[in-house]
Amino acid sequence: MTHPTTTILAGYADGGHGLDDATLWSIEVHLDACADCRGQLAAHTTPDTTELLDRVAVSLGQAIDGAPPPARQPAPAAAVHRRWLAWTLLPWLAVTVAVLGCGVLLDAVEPSLPSLVLLLAPVAPLPGVAVTWSQRIDPAWELIATTPAAGLAMVLRRTLAVLVVVLPALLVAGVSTGTSLALTLLPCLAFTAAALALGAFIGVRRAAIGLAVAWSAAVLLPSVATRSLSPVLQSGSTAVWAVTTVALAAITPLAAAHFRRLASGN
Amino acid sequence: MRAVRTAETAPTLHPWLVHAEKLRVRAGRHLAVDGLDLTLTAGVHGVLGPNGAGKTTLMRALSTVVKPADGTLTLLGAQVDGRADLREVRRQLGYLPQQFGFYPRFTVREFVTYMAWLKEIPKAAVPDAVQRAIDRVGLTSKADARMKTLSGGMLRRAGIAQAVVNDPRLLLLDEPTVGLDPEQRLEFRDLLRDLASESCVLVSTHLVEDVVAACTDVLLMNEGRLLFQGTPDDLIARGGHSDAGDSPAERGYSALLRRHRSNA
Repeated sequence: MTHPTTTILAGYADGGHGLDDATLWSIEVHLDACADCRGQLAAHTTPDTTELLDRVAVSLGQAIDGAPPPARQPAPAAAVHRRWLAWTLLPWLAVTVAVLGCGVLLDAVEPSLPSLVLLLAPVAPLPGVAVTWSQRIDPAWELIATTPAAGLAMVLRRTLAVLVVVLPALLVAGVSTGTSLALTLLPCLAFTAAALALGAFIGVRRAAIGLAVAWSAAVLLPSVATRSLSPVLQSGSTAVWAVTTVALAAITPLAAAHFRRLASGN
Repeated sequence: MRAVRTAETAPTLHPWLVHAEKLRVRAGRHLAVDGLDLTLTAGVHGVLGPNGAGKTTLMRALSTVVKPADGTLTLLGAQVDGRADLREVRRQLGYLPQQFGFYPRFTVREFVTYMAWLKEIPKAAVPDAVQRAIDRVGLTSKADARMKTLSGGMLRRAGIAQAVVNDPRLLLLDEPTVGLDPEQRLEFRDLLRDLASESCVLVSTHLVEDVVAACTDVLLMNEGRLLFQGTPDDLIARGGHSDAGDSPAERGYSALLRRHRSNA
């Protein structure tokens, strides 16, 4: 629409006498969209209108001053913890921490056994990692799998939530039993990264179970049976664990495309 | 001057919102969808079929949960079989699974907000979108009730609310009317008609009456294949007086299935 003429605007500002309904409507529609004409309209306002506007401004100001301040939005922290840590993860993490506690106790009671904290450290994050993206454990799994947020980023976020609990627990267990911290934490990280890298191909849950079984059969059980710590956990192997961790962590992002559809095997 | 990628100049218009060719989808080891050809435009499409016809498996393939075993599947103009990036399609997708899982401790509002966040709705728009979705399904008075306190019909409606929260262009509802009372089913049909004006809605159901009342298009599936696609009037026209069923549409449904089985 073309801009209304000055006379028409003046007539509109004066109460719209002499203008038909159709003209009034089109002026109002135009004023909605055109800042210039609104400025011109302001120049044409009659003393009556100005006085009315002032009265409204004053009473609004009083009402705002008298009203209670707006309620603060609830802190987003409550929502964040729900997003980050699926509720279903909590029991598994509790079991993990409890098992580590038992390891610490056994270390204290039976010093002749090899350190159980060291032996359990690599598999400690695996139960949590296995359920971070599990069809059977997460009730809303099917819904979440169809959202754009599903993918490697989500798996990593949930894995991080597991590590945030497991790593401090391992740290406390390691310090309290006096074992090497590097040999407690590095294998834990290496196995987490391995579960994700392998999980890209066979599903994270299967990968975690497979790794846990392999570790138990190859290292944990023989070490307990022979009452001597396996060479892979002796102090010389720290560098190998560090390199493995970095390498596996570097591979995982390359497999991101495999995580787009989270159905297979999880 | 920068180089222009082919993706930028590709036409954004596509004739069908859903296009499947010789689609095969597995449910476990069984091929539940076996060589399905399907083209859908905007409107409400009702998927009918006996138990085990492959309706739910088709829905799961269209919702990008399961990967098709064979054939091509194009949603909203983007190919979604193989290893395509599904992010863009998933942003415009709404899905209510047959088994609607939820977190019992969440309130309806928290749950729909969580889904809105996962669907990558801009942060500032989330509260409005959530409120609108809850209002649309008539759960306004229960918005802050925990989900474990809701009845079956209310849960179903909460499920529909999370599906429509992102104003999807492709909305997949698997058995949405289970647990709804007659009045709610009437409201649900209104909601469907409202949604269908701008998007493609696919409703799988056992209830022939729902399809006839609310759908612009009827699909009949059996044993993983499409038997029939047409308007509700076409379906009614297929039925004769001798066919089983209490309404013209049910007679049409049983006539189509009977004819197919006698041919097989």
